Amino acid sequence: MTRLEEIVSQLERGEAPLEQSVALFEEGTRLIQSCSKLLDSAEQKVLKLSKGPDGEPVGELFADGEE
Amino acid sequence: MVQQSVFSVGQVNQYLKAKLDGDRVLSAIAVRGEISNYKCYPSGHHYFSLKDSEGALKCVLFRSSAQRLRFRPENGMNVIACGRITVFPRDGQYQLYADGLIPDGVGELYVAFEQTKARLLEEGLFDEGHKKPIPAYPGTIALITSAAGAAVHDMIRILRARWPIAEVRLLPVRVQGTQAPAELAGALRYANAHRLADVIIIGRGGGSMEDLWAFNDERLARAIYDSEIPVISAVGHEPDVTISDFVADLRAATPSNAAELAVPDWREMSQQLDQFSARLRSAIIARLEEERGKLHRLSGSRVMTDPMTPIRDKRLLLDWQRERLISQMQALTQTRRSRLAGLAAGLDAMSPLKVLARGYSLAADEDDHLLKSVDQVQPGQKLRLRLSDGSVDCVAMKKRKDVADRAPEKEKL
Repeated sequence: MTRLEEIVSQLERGEAPLEQSVALFEEGTRLIQSCSKLLDSAEQKVLKLSKGPDGEPVGELFADGEE
Repeated sequence: MVQQSVFSVGQVNQYLKAKLDGDRVLSAIAVRGEISNYKCYPSGHHYFSLKDSEGALKCVLFRSSAQRLRFRPENGMNVIACGRITVFPRDGQYQLYADGLIPDGVGELYVAFEQTKARLLEEGLFDEGHKKPIPAYPGTIALITSAAGAAVHDMIRILRARWPIAEVRLLPVRVQGTQAPAELAGALRYANAHRLADVIIIGRGGGSMEDLWAFNDERLARAIYDSEIPVISAVGHEPDVTISDFVADLRAATPSNAAELAVPDWREMSQQLDQFSARLRSAIIARLEEERGKLHRLSGSRVMTDPMTPIRDKRLLLDWQRERLISQMQALTQTRRSRLAGLAAGLDAMSPLKVLARGYSLAADEDDHLLKSVDQVQPGQKLRLRLSDGSVDCVAMKKRKDVADRAPEKEKL
C-alpha cells in the first residue's frame, strides 16, 4: 500500500518521462490487482496451537463459540 | 579530632544527595503514614508530610503524578506513598518524591505494583526507544490468552470482520492463578522461538485487581521486553493499568481494542484501493493526453504537413541561379566575340593580300627574299611575282633604274 501510494503520487506529479509513467501505471495496476485478490480471497483461519511431542507447534482449528 | 578539610554547605548537600540517590532501598520505597500539612500549590504540585507516632517525613507529589490519583488525599488519611527519597539541596532537607499514593488498607498488592513499576522503569524496560512498531498489514496474529472467556471470542470476531486475510493463532494459557505468569511468559517466548506471528496480542478480559495480577509479574514483563515480535497488551478494562501495559510496544484499553489496533480494516483498504485505482487511471490518462497534445502540436507544424515546400523553394532558387549563370556567360562570350571580329577586321585591312588585290604585286628572288630595289636584280635572274590570286615565275630581261629627283637627295643624306 505504501508503494502504491508512492506510485500514484509520482504519476500525479507527471514529471516522469512517458515510458516510465507507463511502467509506473502497470506496476500500480498489478499492485492493486494483487491487493484486491488478497482481500477477496480472505477466509480467516483460527488455529489453536499446542506444543507437539517434539516441541514444534501443532495447530487444530479452534471452534469459535459464535459459529 | 584532626580536621581534614572544610566543606561548603552546598558540597555537603550534594554529597548527601549522591549518597541517597545511590541507595537501592531509597530509590524505590513505599512508606506508610498519615497525611498532614497537605497543600496543593498553583503549580499543581502537592506537598505534605507523612507522620506516625515516631516521626514525620516530608513528601512531594508532582503534578503529573497527582493527576493520576484515583482519590483526593486529605489530612489525617492513612496512605502508602511510593517513590524515592533524596535531598533537596536548597534547604538540605531530605524528602520523599512520591509518584504514587494509595489509601492504606487496600492491600500489599499496590505496594508491590508500585515497587515493581519503579524498579522496571529505572531499568529501562518502559523506554519508548525500545518499543517496536506494530506491522501495518500482519499476516499472522498470535493471541496469548485464555481459550475460554469472552475476550478471545471478541478478539476473533473483530479480527475476522476487519482483517480476514490474517491467520489467527491462539496460544491458550491460564491468565490467572499462580501458574499464569510463567505460562504467559512461556507462551511469549515460545511464539518468538518459532516465529509464530507478525504481532502478538497478550491479555485477558476484565476482573478484579487480583484477577489481573499475573500481568504485573516481572517475569512476564521481561518476556514482553525480550519479544522480537511486537506485543500489544490488552488487559481488563480501560482504567486497569498493569506492568504489561507499560512494557508492551502498544497498550490497548481492552482486548477488543487490541484487535482493532492490531489490524487495518479491509473495507477501508478496499475503498482506498479503489481510490488508488481511480487516481492511477486519471493520472495516466492526463499524462497520455499531455503527450498526445504535444504530438498534435508538432504534427501540425509546416515541416510535417508540407515537407516538400522547402525542397521546392530550393529548386526554384537553383533554377533562377542557373538562368543567371547562363545569361551571364552568353553576355560575356558576346562581348568577346564582337571584340574578336573588330580585331579580325583590323587585321584584315592590314593584310598584304588586300594590297595585291588592288593590282600590286610582290617580287621575290628564288629564295623568296622580297625584292625592294633593282639593285638586287640581275638580268636573266629568275624572279617570282606574287599576285592576289597566285604567283608567276619569270626571268628579268633588262633593268632600268629610275633616276628620281629624290635619289640624289638621298645620296646627299
